[in-house]
Amino acid sequence: MLPEMSRSMLRNALILGLFAVATVGLVTIVQQATAERIEVAAREAQIRALAEVLPAGSYDNHLLDNALQLNDALLGDRTLPAYLALKDGQPSGIILQAIAPDGYSGSIHVLVGIGSDGRLAGVRVLSHKETPGLGDKIELAKSPWVLAFVGKSLQDPDEAHWGVKKDQGVFDQFAGATVTPRAVVKAVHRALQYFDAHKNELFARAAAAPTASAPAEERAQ
Amino acid sequence: MSPSYREIAVNGLWKNNPGLVQLLGLCPLLGTSNSTVNALGLGLATALVLTCSNAAVSLIRGVTQTAVRLPAFVMIIAALTTCIELLMQAFTYELYQILGIFIPLITTNCIILGRADAFAARHGTARSAFDGLMMGVGFGLVLVTLGAIRELLGSGTLLANMQLLFGPSAANWRIEVFGSDYKGFLLAILPPGAFLVLGLLIAAKNILDERAEARARALAPAPEPAPSRRVRVTGVIE
Repeated sequence: MLPEMSRSMLRNALILGLFAVATVGLVTIVQQATAERIEVAAREAQIRALAEVLPAGSYDNHLLDNALQLNDALLGDRTLPAYLALKDGQPSGIILQAIAPDGYSGSIHVLVGIGSDGRLAGVRVLSHKETPGLGDKIELAKSPWVLAFVGKSLQDPDEAHWGVKKDQGVFDQFAGATVTPRAVVKAVHRALQYFDAHKNELFARAAAAPTASAPAEERAQ
Repeated sequence: MSPSYREIAVNGLWKNNPGLVQLLGLCPLLGTSNSTVNALGLGLATALVLTCSNAAVSLIRGVTQTAVRLPAFVMIIAALTTCIELLMQAFTYELYQILGIFIPLITTNCIILGRADAFAARHGTARSAFDGLMMGVGFGLVLVTLGAIRELLGSGTLLANMQLLFGPSAANWRIEVFGSDYKGFLLAILPPGAFLVLGLLIAAKNILDERAEARARALAPAPEPAPSRRVRVTGVIE
């Protein structure tokens, strides 16, 4: 016979073990039941975000199917996803993700949509930690500031004027917050430079990925 | 002796309100109350976890001995929170992204373990679930009030972005109270604003309580001995 204390310890251990099994079981069931929906929801949210930076008619592929992984100092020196836009099987634009490391409080992640002509189709801020009420005007929800990028390219405005007004550039800054818009403008500029330097190489990858571009061709027929 | 449902409701919603009296769960209370939609989302999630965890803890109160009581409670609470998190991810994905870390942190919200230990471990399942619901609703009401006041002062709007919780049809619930020129009182959205507004809410509750007490004393002058007060509390714990 086990002494009284050991018996109670054993009993407690068993009870706790049973609890662990039961609770993990519950979580597993819910996880199984929701996994598919969560994946769909995450994908839909991503598609909605991507659709904002390229005009609706300019591509006919599923952007997520033509994802690339890029790593370049101009984009922020981290491996970041990029998405090729195809129309009738031909590259019609690209969505780059870029990091502005010099925000007022930490890095700012931006999504930059560029048409095949090198003009910006749209810019959105994905995540940032800027001051609410001051720096957060880079969000479209707070201010239309990011829309000023649409139609700009590496040549328009020229190199010297690619900056906020305080730096003799063409882009507005916010009252009380220059650092934030400056960081975003510079990051978008660098993304354009990256696209300019690697355009052919990036678009060649679209041709090199037949499985990904096949559905687009089918739909085009 | 079990308290009546009426007593439980009064306790959770007013007399022993988790946000205004027990001051439990301050971290999410202050962290997510910068807009009504965030506050409502977290309030609902917390109330749901609290109701389920209270019911579950009450069901198993005969099985667990004192030594393993707390680990067992924590396991239940963590499992329920994870389930809620997964469900929010599946059905309100964008709100889930905004609330972020505060959802898993419901596990560590003291009010949940507090009610499990102080109430659910001693009372029947129905009463415990009701207590969880009332405490959760009490917490949620404070959260939403705080969120609405901070959103109103900080952004000049009410009910902005409700589509995150109620679908696209709620997108036009947004009310611009002070017109579109309102510059916003920045402090209200920042963390200090949360402390200030919560302080004012607690003060308002205490004034109301004092008035009610004065009125009661005027009617029945029999003095009662003062009940003991705990340190980290703005009212009386019972």
